[in-house]
Amino acid sequence: MSVEVIVFVIFGAAAIAGAVAMVAARNPVYSAMGLLLTMFSIAVFFVMNDAHFVAAVHILIYAGAIMTLFLFVIMLIGVDRTMDPDEPLPLQRPLGIGLSGAFLFLILVAGRTAWVTGRSDLGAGDTNGTIENISDQLFGTWMLPFLSTIFLLTIAAVGTIALAQFRAVTLVEPDHPEADVTPDAEEVTVR
Amino acid sequence: MSDLVVTPGWYMALAAVLFVIGASGLLLRRNALVMFMAIELMLNSVNLTFVAAGRELGILEGQISTLFVMVVAAAEVTVGLAIIIAVFRKRSTASVDMLAGMQG
Repeated sequence: MSVEVIVFVIFGAAAIAGAVAMVAARNPVYSAMGLLLTMFSIAVFFVMNDAHFVAAVHILIYAGAIMTLFLFVIMLIGVDRTMDPDEPLPLQRPLGIGLSGAFLFLILVAGRTAWVTGRSDLGAGDTNGTIENISDQLFGTWMLPFLSTIFLLTIAAVGTIALAQFRAVTLVEPDHPEADVTPDAEEVTVR
Repeated sequence: MSDLVVTPGWYMALAAVLFVIGASGLLLRRNALVMFMAIELMLNSVNLTFVAAGRELGILEGQISTLFVMVVAAAEVTVGLAIIIAVFRKRSTASVDMLAGMQG
């Protein structure tokens, strides 16, 4: 057995274990830790597929930024609230698991017939994802999509600020319809 | 056993398993934060598929697509977490079952 097989088995098991822990954990912090384990394993797989730059960016963005944001929000909302005490719908859990299993089966069956089985003659095969190769592509062929992500990120930032400003996302309680109707719009003028 | 090599099909099968675990998390959990993490997991498994397929086809576009997916995921997380916090401030819960305010 080659080294690649051993590494694949170890980190594949780690990725699946982390994902299952994420779904199964009661406490959201444990869910975040399980997702973190999966992220690191996926970064290892990126390195094994010659995607060095993507692996580095993946670690920086996911482990560095997104998981920190998740943990921050979990701490803000409160760790001790254990959510979903019991399932209100009786059929939800078996139906969800059954549908997921059927979905996995269908993906694997469809994939076996369709996924690539050999090196095509589409490309010459320089898939070494160094910064130089990636930037050649990104700032050449894919310049316009790359620049349009600027709009996406700007819109996301503006939307986040807007959501933080207008504190009353008036979801009016049905039994006190007039309690929260007073709009915050006057309060939220320029500050 | 010496000719056992890791083909991209292995990576794609693993990515399919991770995607399905993420989808089941979306179906089974009621906590909005955990549902968000499940979406992140699904996006990541698709990234793994992109990279493996790009390597197999001998093109670099798989890795480029991965970078764009990461941008979209980052934007989505910021907006989604802001919405969760805004709802939490109003209703003091992050469980999607409690948010039945728009039900007819």
